[in-house]
Amino acid sequence: MKQLIADFKNGLWQENPIIKLVIGMCPTLAVTNTAINGLAMGLATSFVLISSEIVISLIKKLIPNNVRIPSYILIIASFVTFTDYFMKAFVPDIASSLSLFIPLIVVNCLILGRQEAFASKNPVHRSIADAVGMGLGFTWVLVALSIVRELLGMGSVFGIQLLGSWYQPMIIMILPAGAFISLGILIGIMNVISSREG
Amino acid sequence: MHMNEFTQILLLFFSTVLVNNFILVQFLGICPFLGVSKQVGTAFSMGMATTFVMTLTAAATWLINTFILEALNLPFLQYVSFIIVIASLVQFVEMFIKKTSPVLYKALGIYLPLITTNCAILGLALQIPLNNYGFIASVVFGFGAGVGFTLAIVLMAGLRENLEFGDVPSALKGVPITLIIAGLMAMAFMGFSGMISV
Repeated sequence: MKQLIADFKNGLWQENPIIKLVIGMCPTLAVTNTAINGLAMGLATSFVLISSEIVISLIKKLIPNNVRIPSYILIIASFVTFTDYFMKAFVPDIASSLSLFIPLIVVNCLILGRQEAFASKNPVHRSIADAVGMGLGFTWVLVALSIVRELLGMGSVFGIQLLGSWYQPMIIMILPAGAFISLGILIGIMNVISSREG
Repeated sequence: MHMNEFTQILLLFFSTVLVNNFILVQFLGICPFLGVSKQVGTAFSMGMATTFVMTLTAAATWLINTFILEALNLPFLQYVSFIIVIASLVQFVEMFIKKTSPVLYKALGIYLPLITTNCAILGLALQIPLNNYGFIASVVFGFGAGVGFTLAIVLMAGLRENLEFGDVPSALKGVPITLIIAGLMAMAFMGFSGMISV
């Protein structure tokens, strides 16, 4: 049980995919213009990550070592296709604003990286703990970044107007340039926090 | 070719390189952009290899999408089949470079197989059916995307080489300062946005 909690907590901070490992950057920058998009992207990625870690850690002994990477990609691509069709059917508005970045979960290094580093070596229950932790770690950074960008860029959070008419929105924050700059500053702040810890 | 069509193709090329730059405007291919932009020489080789794979991918996935997936009405196999095509093309390019130029093969190292998980490549393949490009337009689009990628990554490498001599606050060293520079570059590229409208 202690092991499971350690696996789970690993992804939240210590090996956080975005802040510490700097992987999965494209969706992090592209879809964090509004909080709802950031949350949806985080959940979709977590779903693909959890289901593919479960499948791969179950069948890891059946996959020949030489063709393991293509096999992982095919399993991931199937779950992504499922997620894409599901989102188009049930949340079409969000699906159309995330557009290309749902299919691009296939090539998110975070997902393939966790299969290679964790699911292919560990039993199912530990893989689930790892996937949930990594998925949540990815999601919280996405949501934090998108709340900052939406608040400064449009004066709202999750579509609810928080800042009054006195606030002049900084349009740059919801454009590409704002994405790069705010993520850079966010990682900088996290570096300060972790250097204080250690 | 008709004159008007030729102008269209030329416009498509320049708008892909500058206005819709894959890295700075569309957030595709951020991982190699951050990972392989420390030296101008390596960044340029990476850009060339990516351009080569992108041009071939555009041609191959257009053929597969038009003559197999659309002809047999199998759109749900798009992600799975595109990623297989890309992985095989990268493998082919790797063998080709290894045979023809062992020096370049060594310089690119691990980044060569990693082109498979560069989301710019899959993003490119998925944008072609969305935009309904013909065969020639697809190839030009792929080549333009590669040139835009090379331009951004080489510019970034040049800036980072000079940054070595700068006095960067320790919390911002590495990834954060690179992201902030990318933000400034993205602002500069915003200047191109009303230049061409396709």
